[in-house]
Amino acid sequence: MLLELDNISLAYGRIQALHGISLTVGQGEIVALIGANGAGKSTTMRAISGLRPVSQGSIKFDGKDITRLRADLRVVRGVSQSPEGRGIFPGMSVRENLEMGAYTRRVRAEIDEDLERVFGLFPRMKEREKQSGGTLSGGEQQMLAVGRALMSRPKLLLLDEPSMGLAPMLIQQIFDIIVEINQQGTTILLVEQNAQQALSRAHRAYVLETGRIVKAGTGAELLHDPAVKDAYLGVA
Amino acid sequence: MNFSGLINEFGPLTVAGLAQGAIIALFALGYTLVYGVLRLINFAHSEVFLVGTYACLIAWGWFGLDQNSAAPDLGAMLGYMALGLVVAIVASGLVALLVELVAYRPLRRRNAPPLAFLITAIGASLAISETVGVLTHRVQRGVPPIIQAKTVITIGNTHITNLQILIVVLALVMMFVLDRFINGSRLGRGIRAVAQSPDSAALMGVNKSRVISLVFLLGGLMAGIAAVMYDLKIGVTKYDAGFLLGIDAFTAAVLGGIGNLRGALVGGLLLGVLQNYAAGLFGSSWLHGAAFVLLVLILMFRPTGLLGESLGRARA
Repeated sequence: MLLELDNISLAYGRIQALHGISLTVGQGEIVALIGANGAGKSTTMRAISGLRPVSQGSIKFDGKDITRLRADLRVVRGVSQSPEGRGIFPGMSVRENLEMGAYTRRVRAEIDEDLERVFGLFPRMKEREKQSGGTLSGGEQQMLAVGRALMSRPKLLLLDEPSMGLAPMLIQQIFDIIVEINQQGTTILLVEQNAQQALSRAHRAYVLETGRIVKAGTGAELLHDPAVKDAYLGVA
Repeated sequence: MNFSGLINEFGPLTVAGLAQGAIIALFALGYTLVYGVLRLINFAHSEVFLVGTYACLIAWGWFGLDQNSAAPDLGAMLGYMALGLVVAIVASGLVALLVELVAYRPLRRRNAPPLAFLITAIGASLAISETVGVLTHRVQRGVPPIIQAKTVITIGNTHITNLQILIVVLALVMMFVLDRFINGSRLGRGIRAVAQSPDSAALMGVNKSRVISLVFLLGGLMAGIAAVMYDLKIGVTKYDAGFLLGIDAFTAAVLGGIGNLRGALVGGLLLGVLQNYAAGLFGSSWLHGAAFVLLVLILMFRPTGLLGESLGRARA
């Protein structure tokens, strides 16, 4: 397994956000995490990337325990996150934002190669190269956040709501790109409100409810699960 | 009000104000750098400057120089300048790092509220200035005449000295170097990333603690240079020198837009010049008061300061 969460709990002050989450992501998979607002999806992502310390449980990445490792050092190990709300650097140009994604890397030729790859995936970013991040539209910021997360050449890409705020046509497009990134060899853990899209693209998925995992299965299984359909797919 | 005095002395007041303002600007950078990254007013920065004013005096003392020494020849003068600058920069830089490490880092580890940082800042400032006060018996110390101020340019009744030119040029050069570092280097980009979005910066692999140490160090280096220029210009230093000029420097940072590097330069120069105009208009005892009235007015109409952007938003 590339990533293993074992019985993770996490609290914001007195509010317990996660109650003993266990999940795994295998090499080469796309795994989706679905659930309602406030179920703990983004919190789980923050625990994995190290932005929030866990109060209990362990996180293993690539065979090594990273439970207490600082967030910036997890990037060096190969974990990269496109955060909730995108987290674009508003005062930096699109290119500088992408270069920030490669902050831990030193080989210029490789960084340039990855810039070209991101520009290939998101031609819009090439057009906007010199524009400052704060002036981009929501959809463009989303593409920038995903592209920036790729710039560290991650083994595991964490995507938090990549379809948030996008027009329907763009949603289709961003999921196509996610599958393409995965086929190029990057393992992906995906948090989504758009359960329909997420489940139809993911190999496996987990359903989160109030900080607990209540269901797990392949994407197809959950897509056809009556309870999941009822709660998350908006069809009875 | 003495309008004719202001008009007659306009040139000399402007020149004196620019030299004073250049020192204030270098000093102000430390406030603005730390604020840009931490949203913290580091009141102990005034003592980072204070230590610099003494450090170069101590270094010159190693060579037997005191206020009664004869002025050195050109070669020795350059040597003493270099020595004084290096020692003051190192001393101020170390004090800045130490303040961060001892006073602020433990609070950050505990997620202390902003008020705790403010109290600690004031405490650290008092602790250092009082220590210097006790060690120096609260007596001012004279500066050896490393550079003899003499007029090199005269335009009408305006005499510009070699020292004034040195101070302004040095401040501009340091500003330029710092600006290039922040906007053009990888580490500088890391600083801007933490200033704009600390969480995103961590997700890019930026070590936040290292960036914080770096901004304290940079602010300290600039304060060290300001301290040497201050010594040479004023001719004496005292345990409360940092506090008094620190208020000016903090004002300049706010005036220019705190968090904005170029704002510190603009704010410093403007404050220096306006203080001197106010002194010409109302008499020198109004030098500080009038500047503050202006600060209040500017902030009423432009609360974010003149340039009004943060370090984070400053574009390359």
